[in-house]
Amino acid sequence: MRLLNRSVGRLSRHRRRPLAGAAVLLVALLSTGGLYAAFSPASQAETEKDNAALVAEGKELFMINCSTCHGSNGEGITTQNGKLFGPSLIGVGAASVDFQVGTGRMPMAQPGAQVEVKEPSFNQDEIDAMAAYVASLGPGPAVPDKEQYDPESYGSEKEKEEAVALGGQIFLTNCTACHNFTGAGGAMPRGGEAPSILNTDPKHIYEAMLTGPQSMDTFSDGNISPEEKKAVISYVESMKEQPDYGGFNNGALGPVTEGIVAWVIGLGILVAFATWIAAHTTRTNQTKKGSAK
Amino acid sequence: MSTDTSKVAASNGTDAAAPAGKPTKAGAAANWADERLGVGGLSKFLSRKIFPDHWSFMLGEIALWSFVVLLVTGVFLTLWFKPSMAEITYQGSYAPLRGIDMSEAMASTLDISFDVRGGLLLRQVHHWAASLFIASMMIHMMRVFFTGAHRKPREINWVIGATLLLLGTLEGFTGYSLPDDLLSGTGIRAADGFMMAIPIVGTYISFFLFGGEFPGDDIIPRLFTIHVLLIPALLLALIGAHLILLIYHKHTQWPGPGRTEKNVVGYPMVPNYISKMTGFFFITFGVTALLGALFSLNPVWKYGPYDPTKVTAGSQPDWYMGWPDGALRIMPGWESHFWGSTWSWNIFFPVIVLPMAAWMVVLLLPFIEAWITGDKREHHLLQRPRNAPTRTATFVALMVFYAAFWAAGGNDIIAIKFDLSINQITYFLRAFVFLGPIAAFIITRRWCISLQRHDNEKLLHGYETGTVIRTPEGAYHEKHLPLPEGEAFAMTVRDRGRAGDEPELKKNGKPTFRAKLRAFYYDHDVDKPTAEELSAAHHHAEHEAHELAAHEGHQVDGHDFDDHRHSAIEEPLSK
Repeated sequence: MRLLNRSVGRLSRHRRRPLAGAAVLLVALLSTGGLYAAFSPASQAETEKDNAALVAEGKELFMINCSTCHGSNGEGITTQNGKLFGPSLIGVGAASVDFQVGTGRMPMAQPGAQVEVKEPSFNQDEIDAMAAYVASLGPGPAVPDKEQYDPESYGSEKEKEEAVALGGQIFLTNCTACHNFTGAGGAMPRGGEAPSILNTDPKHIYEAMLTGPQSMDTFSDGNISPEEKKAVISYVESMKEQPDYGGFNNGALGPVTEGIVAWVIGLGILVAFATWIAAHTTRTNQTKKGSAK
Repeated sequence: MSTDTSKVAASNGTDAAAPAGKPTKAGAAANWADERLGVGGLSKFLSRKIFPDHWSFMLGEIALWSFVVLLVTGVFLTLWFKPSMAEITYQGSYAPLRGIDMSEAMASTLDISFDVRGGLLLRQVHHWAASLFIASMMIHMMRVFFTGAHRKPREINWVIGATLLLLGTLEGFTGYSLPDDLLSGTGIRAADGFMMAIPIVGTYISFFLFGGEFPGDDIIPRLFTIHVLLIPALLLALIGAHLILLIYHKHTQWPGPGRTEKNVVGYPMVPNYISKMTGFFFITFGVTALLGALFSLNPVWKYGPYDPTKVTAGSQPDWYMGWPDGALRIMPGWESHFWGSTWSWNIFFPVIVLPMAAWMVVLLLPFIEAWITGDKREHHLLQRPRNAPTRTATFVALMVFYAAFWAAGGNDIIAIKFDLSINQITYFLRAFVFLGPIAAFIITRRWCISLQRHDNEKLLHGYETGTVIRTPEGAYHEKHLPLPEGEAFAMTVRDRGRAGDEPELKKNGKPTFRAKLRAFYYDHDVDKPTAEELSAAHHHAEHEAHELAAHEGHQVDGHDFDDHRHSAIEEPLSK
């Protein structure tokens, strides 16, 4: 986006020419038409057919990769002593699948306190297919559209700035208690953690709020509205772009690492200097060079 | 050879040695001041004051100079900081908080950080200097205790130092609370809870301090007055008293040739220490400035304004308050309910009782030690930590105790950074705060005693040269050489035996509690060798040296016995 802004700035020099307005209009009309043709929803029947094919493909992937724990129909598996082997996926929606598989959490490497984030095992098409299959099991939250979570899709800079300020307050009220004030993450009971969200894709942040993975609360649209969710994401993204005004942020973890810096670096340097100053002195027990013994 | 005396000042008893005539401008000014203030005598006394030289004597100086940095940067910050809880809408340059309601304190902190030139740098320098101020006081205290510099006549100065540590911590906490950001507000909220946990009077104390229900409008202005006026004045007065006592007692020194309990061997204030101290001040200022410029500290803009509905993971106090916080974190949730009131032992014990008790123990350490040993002599020569094994071990145990709580204060950060369970860390530390210090005590004491034995070994048999000698009989041993006399002297200056009188007995002939403690204090302590032992050992060494002298100076190149060697193959298999 910054790159785009720069090219707009370069354009502005030519903007006042008489034909410029007409040219811009023409380009805009052409591109809008072209984009519409490319992305317009096909007819109802065609979509349904596509969707059925997608669900079928998704089911196939599901049977191979997920059914061991989640059951052949996504109904979940309970072990003999009544513990949950894999939860039911009926009603979790496409957003859950897109988040869990898209961040590499699923398929899970091993059960434990924390489902680890890994390199995703599937590409986006495969994830979409599995999401479509799981969505077909029961109604649930859908994968959000790009403009729902993209901080760059605000109309103006001012609008975005206001959204960042609003999002910051929502973030500090609802998210920092677990994810820390910078989003660097925090501890949860029994070896779990609220992971760092500093490298999380905006889409996945949106889906996490919508579906509440693992220990996280579900922030439904009635709780935090879609506009507010987008504002939160805008704040998180703006924090990533923000330079560290104060210098090295010590891991953005708060006073613990600051204390380590004070003791190890600050006091370390000063004690080293004290030793150096004390070492540079005339000594009472030093014999002069060359003097007789 | 004739001597040219024309350049030597003529002084035969009637005239002053100084050149006659008009004094220099500086001399005239000094004379003016001396005639009115009498500074001549004082400056002569101070400038010729002798201090011994050792790196560990400069740790307290770090605290002194950090305090000066704190005063300078603190004055700068007060010029812009508004200690008010009046709510305003922020309209400064930091966009993500623009339009948000916050207190004037928070808004002015943001202004200092973003709109005042150099403000963020000085705010960070101030905060780093505060961290270093308290940290350097602590390592200074460790040095004093480990070397026995707290003994008579310096107990009062120890008490002043311990009070400075407490006041410094309170000063740090009040400063940490002023910006009214999310972190400091959480800290004040926690402090409110701590006060309320005090049985019976807790709620009254809280209402008194906050001027009503938390948070009210009074706490920031009140903390501001405490932070910039009350505690700094006390700190300044106590630092002055600390230094005056240091001059009055004279500085302690390490034992060595020519150094006794009655003198101080070292260099005068002018020109040696005045230049070293000035240099160290600039180094301290430079290091705090570098930290302020390179390392972020308390980024208030990320925390945002305080609001009781908000909290963040990683909410910790600054490190010096970290250990009571750690105690709070690992304390089991004990509560009692009497007559409709709740008694929160889970808060009262770790945050109110424990720190006060720990501080009292630190305060009383010199007196407890003197009571146990019965030592009433003055001490101006320092002891090596190994030569007081029980004392050294006691302090190391206290340090481990402190460190365990410190770790507990960062349990959440440890959990996420080392992939551990916060619960397991808590269970481990609940045991470790008791067992760790005991283990540390035993290990340190044995370690000290071993080092004492090693010292005796060196005194009796000399130091290891690294030269291995093979005698004609085929035996190997390492050559030892006697220690340099100065070093051997310094090692043998220490007292022999127990310091105090013989332990008193109860009427029934059994030892008193104090006597038992004294026996424990000196248990397994290794005495330095006696003069007879030393001379016997030296005699033995001389004898040995004489024996070895014949073999001395022969280079061994590995082919010494080539001519005499015969290979096994040449030998007949059976005789």
